[in-house]
Amino acid sequence: MSNMILLGTRKGTVIFDRSNSTWIPRPIEHAGIPVCYAARDPRNGALWASLDHGHWGPKLSRSRDSGMTWEDVLSLKYPEGARYIVKYLPGPDFDPEAPVGQPEYKDATVFKIWNLAFGTAEQPGRLYAGTIPGGLFVSDDGGDSWELNRPLWNHESRGGNLFAGEATSENRWSGTPASIDYGVFEPGIHSIVIDPRDPLHLHIAVSSAGVLETTDGGQSWTGRNRGMLNDYMPNPEAEWGHDPHFVVGCAGQPEHLWQQNHCGVFYSDDGAMKWKKVSMPDVGVHFGFPIAVDAHDGRTAWVVPARADMERMAIGGGLFVARTTDGGQSWQSFRSGLPQENAYDIVLRHGLDVSGDSLCFGSTTGNVFLSEDRGETWRCLGHHFPPVYSVRFG
Amino acid sequence: MPTVEVTRHLYRFFPALENRTIRVPAGSVAEVLRAVDELAPGFSDYVLDEHGALRRHVIMSLNDTIVIDRKTLSDRVPEDATLYIFQALSGG
Repeated sequence: MSNMILLGTRKGTVIFDRSNSTWIPRPIEHAGIPVCYAARDPRNGALWASLDHGHWGPKLSRSRDSGMTWEDVLSLKYPEGARYIVKYLPGPDFDPEAPVGQPEYKDATVFKIWNLAFGTAEQPGRLYAGTIPGGLFVSDDGGDSWELNRPLWNHESRGGNLFAGEATSENRWSGTPASIDYGVFEPGIHSIVIDPRDPLHLHIAVSSAGVLETTDGGQSWTGRNRGMLNDYMPNPEAEWGHDPHFVVGCAGQPEHLWQQNHCGVFYSDDGAMKWKKVSMPDVGVHFGFPIAVDAHDGRTAWVVPARADMERMAIGGGLFVARTTDGGQSWQSFRSGLPQENAYDIVLRHGLDVSGDSLCFGSTTGNVFLSEDRGETWRCLGHHFPPVYSVRFG
Repeated sequence: MPTVEVTRHLYRFFPALENRTIRVPAGSVAEVLRAVDELAPGFSDYVLDEHGALRRHVIMSLNDTIVIDRKTLSDRVPEDATLYIFQALSGG
């Protein structure tokens, strides 16, 4: 049973401690600084916060004493020569059939450290960081130093090895709206799924490109988007251009992967070799951002659905959590303890987490809800937090 | 020697710069920032990106003249000048 919950919020890091059945929030850390992701490394207990300074660039903050004190960690930096092909938001005159023009290159700068993942017990110093504009960084010394994973950066789906010169293939990665705050329209890595059985085996998810897999510790990457349906693109079954909002894997059954995508909920029971759309719009399960999977049963997952992308808020003013226990063949909605009138909450991609029978989520309206019966009933941990970007059990 | 005036928002991260006059040798803006970085290691990461360019929402001025070269920071900081470092306004 977890005794800690970490929130990354627009105004800092909020840590809850469990005291018997009560969860007590501490005074906010990193006060006034947007924290887009906060989590605890289960291997050594270190706490991490990704600071999204508006002026001073993205920074990582680490606490080795359970949140009593925090230290700046060396900034992630793209190496000299790291370039990418610039993308622009499609304008009103966008023509998907138009021939591809000459690529425009730009030197890479870290805009956002969107999420962190901790390696397996066999690799005690290994951490991963996903960034906008689409670079995966790796540390093998507990986060003191970081290196760009070049095979992914140089992937043929991004134009090939731009360190070496001109693009050798077309850039199939598109931007994420989450990058617009930084004045760009570039891709971002927001999901990193490590196979607990094999530290060399990872899946990552990129908005907007899709899911990629490595089985050799990041030396090579393969797109894993078969079965995905991107219904707003000219070719819904295209290999690239998908917008997974978040991807998770079952720790006990790592071949079971889930994604809440812009275009629905998708499930794979074969390690993302093939995805299956398991949305059920008639019960409200389709659009949303976060998704969580049970640690032991890969067929059991939870989502916090939202009204379609045009509105992005609770459906009909009533907030609910949906759970499947049969791989998405059926969904059950739970509303007990959640507001059912005048609720306009939206839960972002890292805003839901599960630990054993407990689930917690936080919304951009500053509401935080906890369930201790696998999502069936909920209670509020507070209504007045800053907009919540991430929720993680510690 | 020129003086460097830093927004108080940065004192939070670099308390060594607070309650003191920052004087460093004259030179280019880049050289002045390197000197400040020696007084407060890590300072330049807050105002410059990994290519050494000024971050998007950071402003510098030499006396009352905005620094022109935001990319390579080649503007000269004379002996009697003050280099101001501050942030663009934002809210919410």
